[in-house]
Amino acid sequence: MTSPITLTVNGKEYTLEAIPGETLATLLRERLNLTGVKIGCGEAECGACTVVIDGQAVVSCIYPAERAHGKHITTIEGLQSEAGLHPLQEAFIKYGAVQCGFCIPGQIMTAYALLQHNPDPSPADIRFALKDTLCRCGGYPTIERAILAAARALRTGEPLPDPEIPESAEPRQVVGRNIIRPDAVEKVTGRALYTDDLKFPGMLHAAVRRAGVPHAILRVLDVEPARALPGVVAVLTAADIPGEKNHGLVIHDWPIMIGIGERIRYVGDALAIVAAESREIALEAARRIRVEVEERPVISDPVQARRPDAEALHPGGNLLKHIQVRKGKVAQGFAEADVILEHTFHTPMMDHAFLEPECSIAVPLPDGRMEIYVGSQIPYADRAQVAAALGWPEERVRIVGQLMGGGFGGKEDIAGQIHAALLANATGRPVKLLFDRRESLLVHPKRHATQIRVKIGAKRDGRLTAVETELFGDTGAYASLGEKVMTRATTHSAGPYEVPHVSADCYAMYTNNPPAGAYRGFGVLQSAFAIESMMDWLAETLGLDPIELRRRNALRVGSVTNTGQVLRESVGLLECIERVEQEMLRLSGLERERLFAPRPLPEAPHRVRAWGFAAGYKNTGLGGGAPDKAGAEVQLYADGSLMVRTSSAELGQGLVTVLRMIVAEEFSVPPERVRVLVMDTDLTPDGGPTTASRQTYVTGNAARLAAQSLRQAVTSFLAEKYDCPPERIRYVEGLAQVDGQRISLGEAAAAMQASGVEPLARYEYRAPETRPLGQGGDMHFAFSFAAQAAEVEVDTRTGMVRVLRVISANDVGRAINPLGLRGQVEGGITMGLGNTLTEHFIVENGRVITDRLARYRIPSIVHMPEVIPIIVEHPTAEGPYGAKGVGEIVSIPTPAAIANAIYHAIGFRMDSLPVDQEAILAFLKRQKECLPSR
Amino acid sequence: MRLWQEYYRPATLTEALQALAYAPGLVLPIAGGTDLMLDLEQGRHPPVHALVDLTFLPELKRLEVQGDELLIGAAVPLSQIATSPLVAEHAQALTEACALIGGPQVRNVATLGGNVAHALPAADGTIALTALGAQVTVADLECARRVPLESLFLGPGKSALRPGQLITTFHLPLRRRGQASAFRRVMRLQGIALPILNLAIWLAREGERIADLRLAVGPSGPTPRRMTATEAIVRGQTMDDSLIEQALHTLLEEAHFRTSPHRASAEYRRQVVGALLREGMQAAWDRACEPQRH
Repeated sequence: MTSPITLTVNGKEYTLEAIPGETLATLLRERLNLTGVKIGCGEAECGACTVVIDGQAVVSCIYPAERAHGKHITTIEGLQSEAGLHPLQEAFIKYGAVQCGFCIPGQIMTAYALLQHNPDPSPADIRFALKDTLCRCGGYPTIERAILAAARALRTGEPLPDPEIPESAEPRQVVGRNIIRPDAVEKVTGRALYTDDLKFPGMLHAAVRRAGVPHAILRVLDVEPARALPGVVAVLTAADIPGEKNHGLVIHDWPIMIGIGERIRYVGDALAIVAAESREIALEAARRIRVEVEERPVISDPVQARRPDAEALHPGGNLLKHIQVRKGKVAQGFAEADVILEHTFHTPMMDHAFLEPECSIAVPLPDGRMEIYVGSQIPYADRAQVAAALGWPEERVRIVGQLMGGGFGGKEDIAGQIHAALLANATGRPVKLLFDRRESLLVHPKRHATQIRVKIGAKRDGRLTAVETELFGDTGAYASLGEKVMTRATTHSAGPYEVPHVSADCYAMYTNNPPAGAYRGFGVLQSAFAIESMMDWLAETLGLDPIELRRRNALRVGSVTNTGQVLRESVGLLECIERVEQEMLRLSGLERERLFAPRPLPEAPHRVRAWGFAAGYKNTGLGGGAPDKAGAEVQLYADGSLMVRTSSAELGQGLVTVLRMIVAEEFSVPPERVRVLVMDTDLTPDGGPTTASRQTYVTGNAARLAAQSLRQAVTSFLAEKYDCPPERIRYVEGLAQVDGQRISLGEAAAAMQASGVEPLARYEYRAPETRPLGQGGDMHFAFSFAAQAAEVEVDTRTGMVRVLRVISANDVGRAINPLGLRGQVEGGITMGLGNTLTEHFIVENGRVITDRLARYRIPSIVHMPEVIPIIVEHPTAEGPYGAKGVGEIVSIPTPAAIANAIYHAIGFRMDSLPVDQEAILAFLKRQKECLPSR
Repeated sequence: MRLWQEYYRPATLTEALQALAYAPGLVLPIAGGTDLMLDLEQGRHPPVHALVDLTFLPELKRLEVQGDELLIGAAVPLSQIATSPLVAEHAQALTEACALIGGPQVRNVATLGGNVAHALPAADGTIALTALGAQVTVADLECARRVPLESLFLGPGKSALRPGQLITTFHLPLRRRGQASAFRRVMRLQGIALPILNLAIWLAREGERIADLRLAVGPSGPTPRRMTATEAIVRGQTMDDSLIEQALHTLLEEAHFRTSPHRASAEYRRQVVGALLREGMQAAWDRACEPQRH
């Protein structure tokens, strides 16, 4: 006898008919439209769906709705009172705890429940309470500070103090100061809408039938059982694709669906797509499709893929690209070396695990066009690929970018955009295709698994004479950005050092694993782990200090990189190294020569602590000869406000704040006066891909130059109108000062419009030209640099590793928004830490073992070390106000810094990721058994 | 397609038992549901006709001392157990275990009854209860009977509970002077958040001697179980390092450690169990001479 549910939500009582099988999360989202309740995993792992039930924080995704009968429920939407935002909401905004925002309702609700029971929580209490409320942007330290501050404000009634984040060394009016995100209020109140939060009249729900086998030829595909299911509106197969059959960012090698007789290359390949009246029906229909395949031998790693007898997965064979870097004569370099070391390293696939799973909604318009609502890192590439699949001109498709719950490189390729569009086109109705977490883990491109052999030669004094590397990159079933990623891995594989003789070869190979593509760090995280581990080993072999060894070889102004690029400016590596060293000494209180010594705890000698050190560098921008450009337009309105528009993507990283600040700077207006519109192919000029740490530089420059050009237009107009020399017109606090007269920007805009001049400027910025690999010259127009120290504690009884502190110095050129930069630094460390400690994407014989968030663990607040960020500013002349990229550099040294610290603690040299506590314990046991030890 | 068709919210135990006995089709009790809901959603358990919600039953939500026993209702949320002063006083191992299961949002709904009914060989709550010498009241429409906890387990994930039967109450002996317990576990940073190894210990101290001991280690076999040979070695002996070494020696013979793919090798388990035993025994020993609060 299923009876109605009566429940009180945010103070309002509802009586609702019970729907069998419904979870509370679904009830709140779908029936009460409380879409601040987010679904990140649907498996009680991530905490994004946390609501407070009768005073207790509960994950609503596995809570039967019918149990909520008689309960009082508070969601994020119920936190704000008439008096305004809750102090937790205010503190999350003010301290910069909000990035992509997808986890924020869960974070705040969990914290809210904590403060109900414990108004004065310690940091340990907060970590205990938030253990399973995950944030992939990795803002845990700031979240903790925000909760502490909010608790204090609630107890004392005093206002929140400002966050203690230093401004840029050379702040301007706006640029270089701490500015909060434009979307922060929506994100802390649950009003922020992500793609899955949107509903359209008559909307259908889609599901994809996936191959489920890693390598096979598709023989039979019987969709009739799906078509027969009531509620199914359309079932499409490869034969129904009107336009191009494949998609891809560089090489169009990825089938939209596999046709009969065609090759299935990984478990996530799509065979058929379904649109139905409900998600449940669509999923059931997809399950009912009958499939017969002829299985083929699985190619499960890149070394195997390169063997001559390996079956060719693509017409051109299994080699996507052989990448070569040559500088000097490597044989000569090794002949000159006093010491030569060689070792091979392995890194596994990794998943981005952005908390918002992929979602696309395709909406056919009466005029024959199609809109795609999606969170995408490259809206114009989506448009081109969707249009090609439909066989339409690109202009018939409009990508309407939505807020994104993280991307990190994993939302550059097509996910469900094309499938949703095909179904919308076939049915004439809006179609939503939402991935659940499992589909997300199975389907989208990962970080490349690599095998990296490093041979390194040096003189006795530590000067490097030669580095030779050989890399294998597993690009999986399809190319995605594999060639670019592995090129970056290869060019950076000798580390941020000036080496006279370098030889690097990389084989980017196709396999039957999930595709690999862009992932924050873009190949360099892998090669940095290898080379920085080798540098540590070299220092030990030579009896040199690991920091000194790096200092002697570090790239500096005037150095020539492996690819023959002369670094003419903006090389802050030495300062990064030195500032980290100083901070290590200051924090640890250790003597210089004991800095890297193992330190057993006096009260528990089985716990041993030590520091490790690593450095890194990463290009800003596409480089390698690719034209790197971005368009932006800036408009002035009669109310004195401004708007900047570009298609560049906001994934949580804070580009919208940066663009707002740049335009505000150029017009001397408060940043709140500038609105930002991004990711809309009808309304915003192409900003290019949001990848390669390029947007602050490239789109930042486009916005800056568009703003300057608009300012000049306003100036010329006012000069003429008031008959005043343009050089005497100044902009101060939102006003134009014309010869002592003050004219508001709004008046100026109105006057321009009245005389037929649109106060609008558009600029297409082209970054400095770069050269392809192998041609010498500038392969990149800027590099960011970093040094990092990690302190770990190894429990020699269990092999478990904890990271206690990370000091991270990053040369970002110029800190445009130190508040947002803090989030990028903490998040970069968190992700690097996860890639080293907790994350292990396991694929066995082409089958994904880690197909749930419960099996692929990302770091939680309990794993967080203390993070000590140091901002180093060596401006680059062409960057906006001197800025270069920061999105990727931070995580790059982290794995090696942790690995080296583990070595210094116990003598165990990790040559694969992630940290394996069993291997550590087995090593310690061997050490005990076979003396003498190291 | 729907995970369930009917959802019952009985207000009394009898109603619940009747619903379980008479509902047409497949029917399951649901307490916290934090495992069951995932099993249903992820297809490890087929959809059911009905779920019978046990969390509205006052009989299953007791947490009190009655006579010389601590009673814990099967549907009491783990967070309540983990923060209960009564449990902290009489069953420290259970306090420690319940504070480690899942995350806070899961512990606010997950129950000890569910933990035990799943019959996993290394469930933290179950291992703690095993060492604490728990007994269980199992009810069906005919009667309620009291059984030893260990009689509920047939194999990994296989409970002796029959359809129509419910765990209603856990019974724990009250802690007396000189008695104490402790719980320890080892996790892996990667992969499923199940313990690689856990251990619960209860002991009675008399001067420098361990007069009595109960020890449970999971997973050390197909079911949660006590290490009775190890207990026998320790019982009546003077507590010192050599006793712990002796105990470890026997434990390694007695426990059947196996390799779980992607989680832990048998060898690793053999290596770390010593650290858990030392820590657990020492913690329980130290606690055993702390003054009692009640």
